Amino acid sequence: MKVRAQFAFVFNLDKCIGCHTCSVTCKNVWTNRKGVEYVWFNNVESKPGIGYPKAWEDQKKWRGGWELKDGKLQLKSGSKLARLANIFANPDMPEIDDYYEPFTFDYAHLQNAPLSEAAPTARPVSQITGDKMEKITWGPNWEDDLAGEFAKRSQDQNMANLEKEIYGKFENTFHMYLPRICNHCINPACVASCPSGSLYKREEDGIVLVDQDKCRGWRMCISSCPYKKVFYNWESGKAEKCIGCYPRVESGMPTVCSESCVGRIRYNGIMLYDADKIESLASTPNEQDLYQAQLDIFLDPNDPAVIEQARRDGIQEDWIIAAQKSPIYKMAVDWKIAFPMHPEFRTLPMVWYVPPLSPVQSAIDQGQLPTEADGCIPRADTLRLPLKYLANLFTAGKEEPVRVALNRMIAMRSYMRSIHVEGVVNLEVLKNAGITEDIAKDMYRYMAIANYEDRFVIPSGHEEVRLEDFYAFQGQNGFTFGNDSSPGISANSLFPERRKETVESRDPAPAADER
Amino acid sequence: MDLHQIVFGVYPYLCLVTFALGSWIRFDHEQYTWKSDSSQLLSKNGMRLASNFFHIGVIAIFFGHFVGLLTPHGVFRALGVSDMAHQGIAIFAGAIFGTLALIGGVILWMRRMFNKRVRAASRWMDINILGWIMLTLVMGLSTLPFSIGHAEHGDATVMLRLAEWVQSVVTLQPNPELLRNVDTVYKMHMFLGMSVFLFFPFTRLVHIWSAPVGYLFRAYQIVRAKRPA
Repeated sequence: MKVRAQFAFVFNLDKCIGCHTCSVTCKNVWTNRKGVEYVWFNNVESKPGIGYPKAWEDQKKWRGGWELKDGKLQLKSGSKLARLANIFANPDMPEIDDYYEPFTFDYAHLQNAPLSEAAPTARPVSQITGDKMEKITWGPNWEDDLAGEFAKRSQDQNMANLEKEIYGKFENTFHMYLPRICNHCINPACVASCPSGSLYKREEDGIVLVDQDKCRGWRMCISSCPYKKVFYNWESGKAEKCIGCYPRVESGMPTVCSESCVGRIRYNGIMLYDADKIESLASTPNEQDLYQAQLDIFLDPNDPAVIEQARRDGIQEDWIIAAQKSPIYKMAVDWKIAFPMHPEFRTLPMVWYVPPLSPVQSAIDQGQLPTEADGCIPRADTLRLPLKYLANLFTAGKEEPVRVALNRMIAMRSYMRSIHVEGVVNLEVLKNAGITEDIAKDMYRYMAIANYEDRFVIPSGHEEVRLEDFYAFQGQNGFTFGNDSSPGISANSLFPERRKETVESRDPAPAADER
Repeated sequence: MDLHQIVFGVYPYLCLVTFALGSWIRFDHEQYTWKSDSSQLLSKNGMRLASNFFHIGVIAIFFGHFVGLLTPHGVFRALGVSDMAHQGIAIFAGAIFGTLALIGGVILWMRRMFNKRVRAASRWMDINILGWIMLTLVMGLSTLPFSIGHAEHGDATVMLRLAEWVQSVVTLQPNPELLRNVDTVYKMHMFLGMSVFLFFPFTRLVHIWSAPVGYLFRAYQIVRAKRPA
């Protein structure tokens, strides 16, 4: 057993209203620059839909993620040699139009236009060429709220084994939002595909980063990430991706997308996992068992043996405590209501999702849906969103775990309703869903109330393990002479490095009087 | 000292020193700018063929020149490679890979000049260096008729003199006189080619230094710790 800590997420889709506040805050903070105008580290898709970039889930097209080759884990894009052979022109590389051509509008024209009969218009302008664009035909969220024709949207990979014609009918339409960021995977395909070794996973918190100095622009990560969450900055020629807002997270703050979420759907917390099991569990033969495999890689932070090993592996005490209070652990492991997205990509993603119950009140009022005994809460199988669709998204098609999760969420509502509306505690529903009263109350607290302190349990980073000289650091925190953020600097420097040590004595302080 | 002596006695050193020192300084201080600078994201069309042809052609030509010009004459002799065989291989391989690089390069050049997106994202030096390499390539291919002419007369002296001159430069005993009577087309090609080394550190060509061979020998996953090892 080798214990590692992972900064992880849960997104509660049941409460996502698709307001895009997360996307906009993220955009404003991280990708409001030349070369990454088209890049959304965080985006919210309307599902069913082909998403951003177009058809990102279709690995026949992009060859992203991992596959089993003779029982051994290999990137879908082939062997290491195959990737090097493709280095001059990556055949799986998406093109800018697969995302969209970034545009702005000629706003100045509104003020500068000469007097005219018709009101002046601000025409779209390409942010790449600077030319006027005739017509915008695609954007980062073109399918918002099921925009566009069904034929196109239903190219969605998760619809593959559904009876599409049925869901094409207006009265059968279903819809959900899917916010997406980098999954900071435990078995990241982007890291594995990087020829120059610039992508890496941080040992302390598992955040996956690109060393901007070391990146040479070979572009293998762009196609190898099955979630298409590594992007090519066409101005700098480097790969860029969601950085898990590490400067915030290190200070104990939630990521900016999580903090700004008005629906309180995002949870940040620590998970402990066994790094020795990564390869064997990611190689689980049956795709449908990968969800369970990922549950198996997590370690119980309350188990004394785990705690002891965690300490030995250098995990700080406050991180162990945070792992014990982790909202992620509760939802994913204790309550089993959260799922990884597309576990069949075999990257062991660490953004988990609580599946949505569809809003169906009017259907119930019209007596169209079979309900639980209380006559108000519908049964999971009868929801508007096909279970199969959710299962395709979260468990490689295995419906049972998703059904159990939805039933638990319904049971919690039923239980709370029985208390507050009927005044009679209904424990029967909880028993049927396999949860205790305590769990139901906790679920209510975490999911319905969702207090800040419950959603975000983030221990601060331990800079003191990195720094040899705290005194020098406190004077230069946030300031740099350039290039010193990365160990990509060669040891044989042509120019002398700046001396970083102060003249303060580094001898340990004398022991206190033993008296 | 006349122009000939400057170009073939001094200029090579200017180029080599700039090439080495310039690369080092840039790697040391501006690693963020050290990259292949691919524009594949902006336009993928034809890249498979063009980029592969160009790169494979150029790499083969580089190693051909490297081995052909730097290997001492005695070594070829000892290996039983006759001068005529040497020249034959040089002409044959040069023609094939030169053409490959030319086809790829022309498509890449067209793309860089006339594809709106690629052009907009191009820096001045991106356009320059590609044009310069293409010029060098065309000039190199133009030496073929001359070399074939020599070969037909069973005359390898020009080739041997070129190699001898290159070796005189790298052994720090430059002898420009060896090239005094060589056809102008060779000299033009050599001037253009040496200049590529001069420009090298200031262009995207620096990514050649970073050919990621090490990838084949490393583990898939990379984990970095803050804790000093």
